[in-house]
Amino acid sequence: MNGKNEAMPFPRQQIVLSGLGGQGVLFVSRLLAEAAIRKGEPVLTSETHGMAQRGGVVVSHLKVGGFASPLVRAGQADGLFVLSEENFPHHRAFLRPAGWAVVNARPGRKDEPRGAIHAIDADGLALSAGNGPAANLVLLGFALSRLGARDEGGLLFCTAEGVREALAERLGEKGSLLQASLDAVALGMLHGKR
Amino acid sequence: MLGNDAIARGLVESGCAIAASYPGTPASEILSSVVRWRNALALRLHAEWSVNEKVAFEIAYTGSLTGLRAAVSMKQVGLNVASDPLMSAAYMGVKGGFLVISADDPGPHSSQTEQDSRLMAMMAKIPVLDPSSPAHAMELVGLGYELSEAFEIPVMLRPTTRICHACQDILPGEIRPLSREADFRKFPDRWAATPKYRHVLHKELTQKLAAIAAWPRTAPVRVNPGTKAEKAVVASGIAAAHAQEILSESGLIDRVAFYRVVQPYPLHAEFIAHVLSSYEEILVLEETAGVIEMQMADRSRVRGKLSGTVPEAGELVPEIAERLIASFAGVAGGSVAPPAEGGGRRPTLCAGCPHRSSFYAIKKAAPKGIYPSDIGCYTLGLNLGGVDTVLCMGAAISQAAGFYQAYRLSGKQADIVATIGDSTFYHAGVPPLMDAVVQGARFVLVILDNSTTAMTGYQPTPGAGRGASGEPTTAVDMEGLVRACGVSYCKVGTPSRLPEFTALLKEALAASRAEGPAVVIAREPCVMDRAQAKRLPPRKHVYITEECNGCRYCTSQFECPALVYDEEGKRVEVDGLLCTGCGVCLHVCPIQAIKEQLPEGGSR
Repeated sequence: MNGKNEAMPFPRQQIVLSGLGGQGVLFVSRLLAEAAIRKGEPVLTSETHGMAQRGGVVVSHLKVGGFASPLVRAGQADGLFVLSEENFPHHRAFLRPAGWAVVNARPGRKDEPRGAIHAIDADGLALSAGNGPAANLVLLGFALSRLGARDEGGLLFCTAEGVREALAERLGEKGSLLQASLDAVALGMLHGKR
Repeated sequence: MLGNDAIARGLVESGCAIAASYPGTPASEILSSVVRWRNALALRLHAEWSVNEKVAFEIAYTGSLTGLRAAVSMKQVGLNVASDPLMSAAYMGVKGGFLVISADDPGPHSSQTEQDSRLMAMMAKIPVLDPSSPAHAMELVGLGYELSEAFEIPVMLRPTTRICHACQDILPGEIRPLSREADFRKFPDRWAATPKYRHVLHKELTQKLAAIAAWPRTAPVRVNPGTKAEKAVVASGIAAAHAQEILSESGLIDRVAFYRVVQPYPLHAEFIAHVLSSYEEILVLEETAGVIEMQMADRSRVRGKLSGTVPEAGELVPEIAERLIASFAGVAGGSVAPPAEGGGRRPTLCAGCPHRSSFYAIKKAAPKGIYPSDIGCYTLGLNLGGVDTVLCMGAAISQAAGFYQAYRLSGKQADIVATIGDSTFYHAGVPPLMDAVVQGARFVLVILDNSTTAMTGYQPTPGAGRGASGEPTTAVDMEGLVRACGVSYCKVGTPSRLPEFTALLKEALAASRAEGPAVVIAREPCVMDRAQAKRLPPRKHVYITEECNGCRYCTSQFECPALVYDEEGKRVEVDGLLCTGCGVCLHVCPIQAIKEQLPEGGSR
């Protein structure tokens, strides 16, 4: 009954998502997990609940492909999503040497469009679009266009379309929220173009 | 599916008819998920958030005596509360299948202890199943019911945080409703056994356990049959998942025998004999105690917690497992240390949380007081200096009484102000309050009544007047309950009205000095609980004036996340995203540099 978990061929992908309680780390990791399931890929995630959710550090692990353990080991992550810049020095230890990171950073942080660390002021963009709480989706949109989907020669296991479909499934009954969320993803994508 | 959803799905698929729980991380989502499926599929199933774990256990257990399948779920420290019925239920046994789901929290991430519930199963002498993934947990629910009914014994399912809060792609199975009706067959020798007959029951229990240690369905699984090996790794739970991945990725799976233990207690007797006679060295990976390891009769070749090889405290994270496996197999690898838990930012009460006002007022009213507190969001009052002790559920009240008695003996007076949440008060706070009244202990008890169990996800309390799916229920009258305990001073206040609330606390302190425990109910809804959004006071727009001199009194003594110190400007700013507009900080700034922006044309 568990989806083909134990003997899937590569390529697999391990992503760590980091932020603070209330920033929507959980929502993004579930969205990405949903996108993986829609592609028929086995997926395991690990989430932070409880006390830490009250403004403390929140980390989600996402493993797409045939894995047994829900946790990403230090030095093994292909990618890192950082919703709170202050976590970056701490959690970059998860990245493997050739891994990439997308960081929600204050304006002024150097973005390296050709490098491995990509920065965007997702808070600022979300606020100016009148949807402050959607910074998580702005960052996700940014990552989708900056990194590109693996199917299309990029780095991410899923496509922007896959994420939009997963959003529609999650928020389908809440039309205005869905539209605002899609807008936030689109805004991030616009800023992710190289 | 979240691990807890998978467990819930397993319960409804297996025809569980009675499910009871008290919320606690990491177990909370199990019951809410059962309720969701019950409602979606119109199942005949009683599900309740009970007042505490002992009550939840007894209700579910009794359901099983009538022949129905039942389950109780809780976190590991909840099992301490339910341990009294657990020990006895093991002797008497069950009729319908009965699962005790006790979720452990190695780390601990959100608990007072990282105790191993499997040790409780050993003490009670009941079998325990240890899932290694959400899908495995779902499967073990069904198997657990079969085991429970085959031997008429309670069965423990022991997931850990990394199972409960892992998500996995799982296809739900079929719902197989059981056509059973409640049918209690009287048998007082068993269901109301006297000590004389308990001896017989104990003997039967021991025989059951010996048979369960030979039950093939729950025997350890050899993951890589056929591999010739001199060494073996034996693992259970999430440690088995880590080990499987590490062994596969490193290729060691072709050189080391790997066993996944499904039922750590009682460990299958044949398995113990087999591994001890077949391998030169055996590494046991499990959380949190050495339960599998201690059942290995001859441990001279066994490496684990008891041998000092595996750390005895803390989570067995995959980085540690990798290091242990590499060194056990004599290969290089596993040198990368895990990133330390937590990192920079500590958890704090939410912006606009009424508890923050309560703690601030308590510090004003009794600046030199002793502050016993309890388990819940408000434990974070630690950051504000409003919490001195946290022991376990309900202990704030008994500790307040304990401090009073100790100081009285020494001829000293101290202002003692205890804090406890509403859910925790109902859970375990009523007996100590009665005790304090009878013994004449003098302290103020502040019941932080936000009408929900906030920390674990807004489950209803007995005072909330709603049930597990929001349906209306009779509500317990908190003031009536406090008065019925014999407390004569009991008043309700609104913490966000800071000056009035502080005055109320001072009055309560004076009353407690004269007449024993005084109770102040701090009643204001949780700002995060959407169900109570309508009860929140109107928003105030606050701003910081030019006068702010950056003294940081507000950020250290009041510590609202919406008040942010700007290192460059050397002054405090309001974070418009986080601020809820509660306006309590207007009373906090020592130089009145926090002001309210009145709406255009508005006056006050």
